[in-house]
Amino acid sequence: MSAPRVAVVVFPGTWSERDFAHVGGLLGWDVRLVWHTEPSLGAVDAVILPGGFAHGDHLRTGAIARFSPVMSAVTTFAAAGGPVIGSCNGFQVLCEAGLLPGVLLRNDHLEFRCDWQWLRVERAAASEAWLGDLADGELIRLPISHGEGRYYADDATLDALEAQGRVALRYTDAEGRAVGDANPNGSLRAIAGVASERGNVLGLMPHPERAAEAEVGGIDGLRLFRSLERWLAAQPAAAERRL
Amino acid sequence: MALRPGIADPEGLTIADGLRSLGFTTVEEVRHGKLLQVAFEAADAGAARDLVHGMCRRLLANPVMEVATFEVRAAEEQSEERRIS
Repeated sequence: MSAPRVAVVVFPGTWSERDFAHVGGLLGWDVRLVWHTEPSLGAVDAVILPGGFAHGDHLRTGAIARFSPVMSAVTTFAAAGGPVIGSCNGFQVLCEAGLLPGVLLRNDHLEFRCDWQWLRVERAAASEAWLGDLADGELIRLPISHGEGRYYADDATLDALEAQGRVALRYTDAEGRAVGDANPNGSLRAIAGVASERGNVLGLMPHPERAAEAEVGGIDGLRLFRSLERWLAAQPAAAERRL
Repeated sequence: MALRPGIADPEGLTIADGLRSLGFTTVEEVRHGKLLQVAFEAADAGAARDLVHGMCRRLLANPVMEVATFEVRAAEEQSEERRIS
């Protein structure tokens, strides 16, 4: 299979695009940075919305980014089943854009939290494209870096997400317990990542791109990249997707 | 825009703590929100309300977490005059 062609969307204020591009480069991917005013993504196999502060996060996180021209293309790509991942600010943008349910609110302790965080994989099948190489119940450790990561949705939405197996990741301690102290931001039900109904769109607050080389302290994040590679290789149709 | 009732508001809690520590001991609760002042032209008050409603729905408020309330005020010049006099 040819190298994955991956669009990394860059809004004014995005700050993690080069880290994603760096990791993609290590894997031999064809990574394109796509400026937010672009009306099209070109021919790509996957889309990444990185972390940062798109449009300064003014009004609400992701609220202005949602209306950037590129988001129409991202929405079309997602609707066609294309794999989309939003990390940190990218997760916030996906929620504002309505591609994922819920919203990310100010951390309950009001601090910006930059740390390593344990996570439990709740359901890898929630997003085969991004979590296919991981196993349910497995613990991974990824960096978090956010001030507004408190996942909120009303009870009916949360119940539906749980029932549909779309809660992909939960914050835990090193033993895999989703106890109060292990929740870094007050997210309801310790939710760290959710998937779309079809599973092709995944949003998570942690930064997989910051844990892809042993030199930086961990390689668990690399497994999301590897998941995508394997998923794309198993999808002959994906290579023909042109949007 | 205010957070929906029932959503934890840590900023409001912190402000309430601040008020109590200053001696405003009867403060029971603070809910924090955002105030925007938008200047625009409209044919009449009804048209202005329709416009603001559209602004809230499309951008200014996220119904998942917020409730928006608004009020339309006419004639900035008038209030300027009042201030001068």
